[in-house]
This record gives sequence, C-alpha cells and structure tokens, in this order.
Amino acid sequence: MSSASAARAGWQVVIGLETHCQLATATKLFCACRNEFGAPANTHVCVVCSGQPGALPVLNREALDLGLRAALALGCDVAPRSKFDRKHYFYCDLPKGYQISQYDQPFCTGGGIALSSGKFVRLTRIHLEEDAGKAIHDRGESTLVDLNRAGVPLIEAVSEPDLSSSAEAHEYLSALKEILQFAGVSECDMEKGSLRCDVNVSLQREGGPRGVKVELKNLNSFANVVAALEHEISRQFEALSSGEAIRQETRLFDVAKGVTRTMRTKEDAHDYRYFPDPDLPPFTFEPAHIERVRSFLPDLPAVRRARYVNVLGLSEYDAAVLTQSRATSDFFEAALRHSEAPKELANWLTNEVAALFSDATSGVRAIDELPFKPFDLAELVELARTGRVTRAGARTILRAMCAQPRAPRELMRELGLETVSDSGQLEQWCRQALVGRDKIVADVRAGEEKALGALIGPVLKLSAGKADPKSVREMLLKLIAAP
Amino acid sequence: MSARAGWNLLESLAAGSCSALDAVEAASLRTRALEPRLHAFLSTAFDGAEERAKQLDARPARGPLHGLPFAVKANLCWEGAETNAASRVLAGYRPPYSATTVQRALDAGAVALGVANMDEFGFGSSGENSAYGATRNPWDPTRAPGGSSSGAAAAVAAGSVAFALGSDTGGSVRQPAALCGVSGFKPSYGRLSRFGLIAFASSLDCVGVLAPSVEELELVMSVLSGVDERDSTSSTLAPFAPERRDDLRGVRVGAPREHFEGGVDPRVAECVRAALRECERLGASVREVELPHTRSAIATYYVIASAEASSNLARYDGVRYGTRASGDGSLQGMIEATRAHGFGPETRRRVALGSFVLSSGYYEAWYVHALKVRRLIANDFERAFEHVDVLVGPTSPTLAFRLGERAADPLAMYASDALTVPASLAGLPALSTPCGLVRDGDVDLPVGLQWIGPLGADERVLSLAGAWQRATAHHRTHPPLADLAEAAR
Repeated sequence: MSSASAARAGWQVVIGLETHCQLATATKLFCACRNEFGAPANTHVCVVCSGQPGALPVLNREALDLGLRAALALGCDVAPRSKFDRKHYFYCDLPKGYQISQYDQPFCTGGGIALSSGKFVRLTRIHLEEDAGKAIHDRGESTLVDLNRAGVPLIEAVSEPDLSSSAEAHEYLSALKEILQFAGVSECDMEKGSLRCDVNVSLQREGGPRGVKVELKNLNSFANVVAALEHEISRQFEALSSGEAIRQETRLFDVAKGVTRTMRTKEDAHDYRYFPDPDLPPFTFEPAHIERVRSFLPDLPAVRRARYVNVLGLSEYDAAVLTQSRATSDFFEAALRHSEAPKELANWLTNEVAALFSDATSGVRAIDELPFKPFDLAELVELARTGRVTRAGARTILRAMCAQPRAPRELMRELGLETVSDSGQLEQWCRQALVGRDKIVADVRAGEEKALGALIGPVLKLSAGKADPKSVREMLLKLIAAP
Repeated sequence: MSARAGWNLLESLAAGSCSALDAVEAASLRTRALEPRLHAFLSTAFDGAEERAKQLDARPARGPLHGLPFAVKANLCWEGAETNAASRVLAGYRPPYSATTVQRALDAGAVALGVANMDEFGFGSSGENSAYGATRNPWDPTRAPGGSSSGAAAAVAAGSVAFALGSDTGGSVRQPAALCGVSGFKPSYGRLSRFGLIAFASSLDCVGVLAPSVEELELVMSVLSGVDERDSTSSTLAPFAPERRDDLRGVRVGAPREHFEGGVDPRVAECVRAALRECERLGASVREVELPHTRSAIATYYVIASAEASSNLARYDGVRYGTRASGDGSLQGMIEATRAHGFGPETRRRVALGSFVLSSGYYEAWYVHALKVRRLIANDFERAFEHVDVLVGPTSPTLAFRLGERAADPLAMYASDALTVPASLAGLPALSTPCGLVRDGDVDLPVGLQWIGPLGADERVLSLAGAWQRATAHHRTHPPLADLAEAAR
C-alpha cells in the first residue's frame, strides 16, 4: 500500500531502521546481576548497575560472544579492535548519567539481510550497549524507577536506508528477528521489550536528492511499525505535494489514534558528549575465537528451509511452519536423526504435536515444554507408519506421552493399542458389525463403495481402535462379496 | 598511658610493647585533642575502632597490619561510614560496600579510625574546597595542608594515625604529603584497585598511601596490591614485594631540569639540591635530564581530568542517593537544583570545563589534542628512563601557603600541581618524602622530595627512597604539637 501510495506521484520512499535487541545472557553487561524479564522491581540490582559512587563496570564476555554470533549470522565484518564510549544524558532511569555504548568504533560493520524479492538490505553497523532502567509513570503522582533492566546487554543494528516500503520494513524486521532467534542471540520478543525499533523515513523525488528524514519512535509491535510508516509516508506526501517542507524531527507514534506527532525537533537534539570509557580497556576478538564462535553457529532459517524442500522433499509450506521457531526446527532435526520418514515426521509435528499446544487439557503449551524427547516422537511416527498402531491409537499414545514420559512402544502395549493383525479376530468384529445393517450392505453391493464408511466406524469402535482401518475395509469387502 | 604517636606505632606493635587496643586508644586520644585545631576528620569511629582492636588482640593470629590505626579519605567507600567525598551532594551517603583497598587493609588487621577530610571529590590542592570546612596544617594552623588528601596528610603529620589511605589524580597524595612533611606514595596507575574509589578522573585516579615513613608505605602496599577482578584497569603485575636497600650505590638519579625552573621557590629548590647531594654521598650518580613537555602538563591535565570528572559526576542527580533539591518539581528541575546546591564552586567549574571540552565541535580541538600531548609527556619520561633509574626533584613548587591565599585564583591553585601532574599523566609511580625544613617568618615548614620511577617500578621507587630516608632521617622531624600531645595524656 505504501509503495503504491508513494509511487503515485513520482515520490520515492527511503526507510532505514535502528533495531535494539536484548542479548539472552545469564547476567548483565557489566555486573553479575541476573538478566531476567519480569522479576519484582529492583531485585536484580547491585552497586554497579545502580550507579553507586566508586563502583566499576566489568565486561561480560558472554555478551560479547552473543554479539559476535549476531554479527556472524548477519554476515558482518568483525572489527579487530573495539572500545566502549560513554553517552551522556540525564534521566531518572539512567543511573550513571551516561550509557555505556559504542560510538565511533562499533564491534562490527557491514553485513545485511536478503529480502524475498532479492533485494539486499545492508547493515551500516551493529554496536553493543547497556540498556537503561524503566521509569514507571502510571502509579500515582510520583515516577517510580525499576533498575532490573539497567545494564542489560543490547545490540543496536543500524540498517542503511535501503528499504522503500512499510512491507519491506516488516519483512526486514521479521527476517532479523528470525535470524537472531535462530542464532540464539536474543528472544526478540517485542512485548517483553527484548526487541525495539526506531524508524527513519524520508521521501524524495525519483532520482532526486535525499529528502529530510524524520525519526519515528514508540513502535512496540511489527504492526505498529507498519501503521506508523503508512501514516508518516502519507503525511510527508501530503505536505510535499502541497509545497510544504518537511522538518527534521523525532515523532512519536500514537498507537490509539494511529498517527505520529512531534516529540522533539532538531534544535532540541542532545549533545551526548561521547568519549571513550576510561573504566573499560579496548577489547579485541582473536581470529581463532571468531572461528570457534562461527563453528557453533546453527544453520539459519533460510538455509534450513532450503534443505527441507530440496533434500527432504517437504512442501514450502511445511518447511516454513517447521522453521517458525528455532525450537521446533531443532526438535524436527533431532527427531529426523532417528527416522527415515521426514514427510510423516513433519506431518506429525506440524499437525498432531501442534494441536497439543492449543488444547488446554494436554498440559503442554509450547515445543520446549514437551516432556518427551525427539527420539520418542520419531519412534511413535515409525509405529504408526509401519502399521503397528493406528493413527487414532498413535494420537492416544501421544497424549499419554505428555502425561508420563515413557517410551511410545511401552505405552502402546500398556494401553493395548497394538494393531490387531489376527484375521480371525478382525473377521469376528466385522461380522458383528454387519448384523442389522443389511441396508448398507445392499448399498455397497449396488456399487456404492462410499457406504462402506458407515460399516468401518462400528468395527473400529468394537476393536477399541486396535483394528487397522485399511485391513477392516478389505475384510468387509471380502465378507460382503462372499458372505 | 604513654602519648604514643602514629610514627611510633608500627615499631611498638611489632616489638610487642603495645597491644592493638593501646595503639587505637593512643590514636583516639591524640585525635580528640588535635581535632579542634586541625579538622582532619569528617567523622571518627573511636568506639568501633576500640571494639575492633579488642577483637584483634583476642585472636591468636596477627595480620601484617595488626592494630595499626588508619584514616580513610572520604572518597574511599567504607561500608556503613558516611563516605561523602566532602561534597554536600553526597551528604549522609553510607555505601553498602567497602573499597577493595579499604577492605584489604581491614582484613590485614588495620583499624579504621575515621573518615579524612579532603577537597570536594578531589578538586583542589589546599583542602579548602571541602564542603565541611578546611583542614589546617599541623606545622602552622594558618596554612593549608595541601590537597586534595588534606585530612589524610594532616592526620599522619600530627601522629593521629599510623597511615592513611588517600587518592592521587594529579598530586593529591604527594603534594599534601610534601606540605605536611610526611611520606606519600602514588603507585603506578592500576597497581591498586580503584573499586570503591569515588571517581574523579578514571584514567588518572590512583589510590595512594600516606605514612610517617617509607617503611609503613612498603608494608601497606604489600597488603593492598594484587589484581582485583572488579576493576578492569587493575594491573596484572604480581603483588608488591618490598626490595630492601641500604645505600644508593650504582643508582643513576636524574634531576629534571624543568622541575627546578619557573615558579619553584628558590628555598625549595635549594633544599632539594641538598637532598640530591645526599643521594650522591650514598653512592648515586646524579645527572640533569630534560622533560621538555612539562610546561604543557597542567593544561593537558586540566582538560583530560575535567572531561572525565564531568562524566563521572553525572550520576549525582538526586534520584538514588545523597541529597535532593526539589527545584521546580519536574525531573530536569530536580536534577538541576540538586547539582546546583550539591556541588561547590570548584566542582561546578570543573564540570563546566569538562562538559565544554567534550562537547561536539570542541572535542577534537581540546580533548583529543590533550590526549596527544599526554602521549608526548609519557614519551619524555620513557626517554629519560633510558638513561636514569629514578627521577628526583621537588614535589611542590612552594611551601605550605596560607589558607585563603589562592582560594580566589584557580590558576594559581592549579599551578600547585605543576610538578606532580606529569607523572600522573604518564601513570608512573611517584613518591614524596620530607627532605628538610625551611624557615618562613616565624615557622619551620617542610619541603617534599619527589621520586618518580618507570611504569611498574613501584618497588624500586620505594626501596631507593627508603634507603635515602633511613640515612638522612628528615622524616623524624615532627610538627611542634608538643603542647597538644601533652594535653592528650
């Protein structure tokens, strides 16, 4: 819509994104406090992250390594030497009066993300910095401050202004989130604030000079990014079309009204007085260490999808569903090591297992809550595929596996669900089902094979799920043909 | 009870002729008697100290600093004690932790007697910038003790304590040590942990020690040093190990020509030349060396130190601790009012200067340029140390000046640091020892001799100065406080 609306009068939209991601470290960037969302206010606070006089920061190497993973996953060039700088401003949630960030020597530059159209969105840089605390304004008259978030490690990924529509911005963000999640760098959960995004947007005449850019803030969902961009592009288009100039400013997105409004203009811009933090020596990445981190990097979603389609023969759709989360994809791949039937496995995972999550009685809400191992699923699928158990029986076993962590084979025996292959028993059930159903039998004889379904159901019921529908069908046809 | 003074305590405790409790009681008595005249302390903890001394005496094992009463400069966090850096903005602040150096001293059996006065946050060379009143020089109460470790130097000079922990950013241990006639050591940058030292200028700040003689300095250094994981700039050198020397045979001493020129009082220069002759008598060879960038040191220092200070003081916003002024009721108004009321005039001057040199458009011309000159100053020293083992010259260009004399003239005050700042910029170990008295009017005032060594050669600096000190004994002359010491009986 935006590209269409902007293109309508020969205007080109130019968008760049600044994305903040909290790193999924155990502890904060410069102290040993836990990095945990949702803890009671001010319970993960120490002398360092509360900015007590005399306290000093000590760099958390785990954060550095997660940053490095992000850089490698996004194809960036890692700087051989980097440093931290202080960025100064006063706010009640910033304990030291400055944020430790990186100014002119970010730890990596370059890299980028390929969109489905083939367009490559370049990254300018990624740098490391600490998060601020949280100011809470809606609890009575005074402002409260929670410092649990103060000092949580962040990376800020800055894109080149290579995007030209809200749809592209959305795709870029989705891809970035996917990559960072798969690389184990960040949860990237916008609701928890572990992914945050600011947008720069300007309009320019096709082939003309760059327009004046406006920064949009307070975009706390992908939908808001799109909505804010749509509104802002229209606003700038209206203004430019009527000969007005665009002012360089920062605008806040009003979620309720769906509009952007001025937050501060260029004149109020801070002078952050950056300078190298003298408490932290410059840091380096040894080439051998970079290679070690690279070797532990898992395959990224795009690579996995291609493999699922091209090597395993799955559909594009199944491949996409399986790679919606790293956990699902990892579970699938782990199960695959014990299975010779990727399609059936994918089918089970995307249908039967996924169904458990939407069913409150299963007691399992997500893939990482499954009490059984990928190996167990592979075994269950194998039992069903080879006809040892019916699909209905396998479904029952799957539910049982959620309640008690036992091998599917054991559960199958215990629940008496092993398919009955004894044809005597099968014939007995079928004969029983035919009794009193002469009308259906006549229909089948008259060539209405569809009517057979009305007979299979009762047989399965009599067998308590142990009869294999295919064998039942054959037996019924045999009995009807030659009673 | 004997009127034991700080300078006797190490020997008495080592000889077993007094207990920790005796030492602490003597220190308490002396301090009580002298405080009305000196105001060396912002707070004292006599009862706690005596309690602690009793506990130490009851223990079978003795730490290396067993029973030594000491003073803690008000910018070194001491858990539970008001640690306010002599600033109104930190009034009432009791840190929830102790600085690494304070903790190591306590763990070694030393007994903290009180919090020593200072220039606010370390900004000053006279002690007059304390928000809680100036400390007086034990040699003449109308004179400044120097600064910023004003209370620490005065307390040691008066014999109230056996040593004091101070801090030295541009001379804040050495200059007051010189003006008060005690020994004061600034280690190599990083040799002592800065964790818990309320930051002034992080790339220059060093915890330092003041004591009656080099002997105590060596002992305390060996206890306090050693890497600290909580300070990323802490040196990975092995802990300090004293080197014993009895003479200066074969030692090449350099006398920096620039340290005898300009505003150096001729009486100070002559006293120092006499000390150099004593070095020669002890077997050293003395030659003149050049440190050509010395004249740029003060300007360089005030750009860099103020820049870092403006940043380090940004945390005093009234939000989390210390004092808070409400201002117009808004957040920004509260922060502005807190800082306007909480900071003294010199602190506001440094924050303004530092903010200016870091602001966009001026950063390159001031801050970056100063960093380059800092490198040149360090290079001067490196070249000098190709030819000599140690540099010896005056610590302060002048004798102790009168309280109020320089208070209205910041530049005259800054010039007090001209000879101490170069070693700070280069991160070098430097020591001031007393080298004699000069008669000024009707009082005798001490002169300080500065010893500067190459980076990491802390042991060398102290061992050379120690040999010289034992042979010359200028450190055994104490200020004329007999009347007061008598009153303490």
